[in-house]
Amino acid sequence: MSLVTADPLPQRRSNRALSKLRANPAALLGLALVSFFLAVAILAPVLPLPGPAATDWAAVRKPPSAAHWLGTDEIGRDLLARMVWGAQASLLAGVVSVSIAVLLGVPLGVASGYLRGWTDAMISRITEALMAAPFLILAIALAAFLGPSLTNAMIAIGLSAMPVFIRLSRAQTMSVMTEDYVESAHAVGLGHAALIWRYVLPNIAAPILVQATLTIATAIIAEASLSFLGLGQQPPAPSWGSMLNVAKTFLDQAPCMAMWPGLAIFLVVLGFNLLGDGLLDALDPKES
Amino acid sequence: MTTQDIILEAAGVARHFTTARPLFGQPTVVRAVDGVSLKIRRGETFAIVGESGCGKSTLARLLARLIAPTDGSVHYEGRNISALSPREERALRRDLQFIFQDPYASLNPRMTVGALIEEPLRTHGIGTAPERRAKVADLLRKVGLTPQHADRYPHEFSGGQRQRIGIARALATGPKVVVGDEPVSALDVSIQAQVVNILGDLKAEFGLTLIIIAHDLAVVRHMSDRVAVMYLGQIVELAPAADLFDRPMHPYAAALIAAIPLPAVGARRSAVRLEGDLPNPIAPPSGCRFHTRCPHAIARCSTEAPQLTAAGPDRLVACHRAGELDLAGLSAMSGPRTPAAARRFALYRAATDAATRARPPEE
Repeated sequence: MSLVTADPLPQRRSNRALSKLRANPAALLGLALVSFFLAVAILAPVLPLPGPAATDWAAVRKPPSAAHWLGTDEIGRDLLARMVWGAQASLLAGVVSVSIAVLLGVPLGVASGYLRGWTDAMISRITEALMAAPFLILAIALAAFLGPSLTNAMIAIGLSAMPVFIRLSRAQTMSVMTEDYVESAHAVGLGHAALIWRYVLPNIAAPILVQATLTIATAIIAEASLSFLGLGQQPPAPSWGSMLNVAKTFLDQAPCMAMWPGLAIFLVVLGFNLLGDGLLDALDPKES
Repeated sequence: MTTQDIILEAAGVARHFTTARPLFGQPTVVRAVDGVSLKIRRGETFAIVGESGCGKSTLARLLARLIAPTDGSVHYEGRNISALSPREERALRRDLQFIFQDPYASLNPRMTVGALIEEPLRTHGIGTAPERRAKVADLLRKVGLTPQHADRYPHEFSGGQRQRIGIARALATGPKVVVGDEPVSALDVSIQAQVVNILGDLKAEFGLTLIIIAHDLAVVRHMSDRVAVMYLGQIVELAPAADLFDRPMHPYAAALIAAIPLPAVGARRSAVRLEGDLPNPIAPPSGCRFHTRCPHAIARCSTEAPQLTAAGPDRLVACHRAGELDLAGLSAMSGPRTPAAARRFALYRAATDAATRARPPEE
């Protein structure tokens, strides 16, 4: 049967999001910064550096030199080594805590937006209660309650960041549920699980990815803050936050001790923010 | 009419939407569909027409059981489908399918065309994976696409192509009834004809019963056997397509027909023009709902609601003055066809009738 002649294959449009990201210099800078710090964090064990806890009493609070590229701290530890290992703590905290927030927040948000009614009312009220407390205050309270350690800090930050993901995925789910294609899924007779798996989740993934990238930046600052307050990474293990805490005592004598961790936090947060903004533009559903 | 083979029947079906529910006082209720009864015969193309907001899309969704009626019931093959368990409802989806109005919004943008067309088969556990792939390729060919299109995403296609993908998806499970909610109104006119023709051909090939919602009477005239005209949630006239267009009996149907553009130089028509907008369906007018805009309204129309009653062979009309009015149809306005045109139309009719007869007889 030949009703109409078969249409020629449409011109394949290559991955639009990727090429849009590639054309955005700010996003590329963000990607470069994030990649650099990620590489440093991953390669920390194999880099030819002294141990981050190895002390050298002959070199205390020294400025950068050939032996210690970034200088040394108050008990003669190599700042470069501590920065590199600190990057591992910071990025781990950022990624793990945001993973906790996404893995808990998205299912709750989707359930809320999909089921509506009573479930929605319950989840939304709890979310609002959590959001009433400022992010960092909530994280500090949780970390203090759980006890000071990097793991507990990550859990505390993850739980504090969760409400944002509940809200976002709830709103996105509600918007997807009004789309014609969801009605077409009903018309086909699709069950709830398949509808959520094939229709809801893929269509809400982009904004959640953007939010996650931006939240990693916030989580890194939160980890640094908790470590600064002594509620995160415990000495002698290095962390940018705890390095800043010690450095504030020696600002006059050894400004390098404060400068490097401050600069690193600034750059990595900037990197994640630029990357997140770039993803937001690249994944804009209105143009796909 | 009862001797005919009825596949789908609506009995006094109504759907009300609550738009506002204040803390005190009466909630605001929109009567989108308000007491519609109709019988769809096996194998026919049944059109439902009316202007925007008359409830025709809601009626389509009620007939396809995408929404549940507030009142009344819908029967498929004699079985009440208004109150089904989720399991029974899913089983019904194999037989009763829906084509959506907007091909840009009704295909999941994150699924490939192949996955979209295969989904109904997968959901209902039809065939093995290779069988389903073969079926998808077959369906793609039937709607004028190629099997290679299966790996593409919907956004890579034009509107007409997407609508054909939607049609392939609706036909995947081999349904018996397909409800189309304005299946071509979102498309360019040149593409409309193509999609209408595909629907017609597939209807003959699959032995479908088609229910088409439309506001474009030219499309309806081309493809349907019987037409129901809706106004404010109710049917005002139901007649075979040819009769309706030749001699409408309800003033609203006549006004709709008078609004069809005539493709003839210097064509004149009686000026049956409707004034004003569709009244608010939250508070429909008393008596006949059309009396506020009807050029033939009399005192009785504003107090007493006319019932849908038999008016001639196979015709129903809801108008107090149906017997006395002589309303102009399409042929009265366009004049006789040229002999050449008449010959072509006769040939076309013969071909369509032959195609219909090739299917199992309906009567």
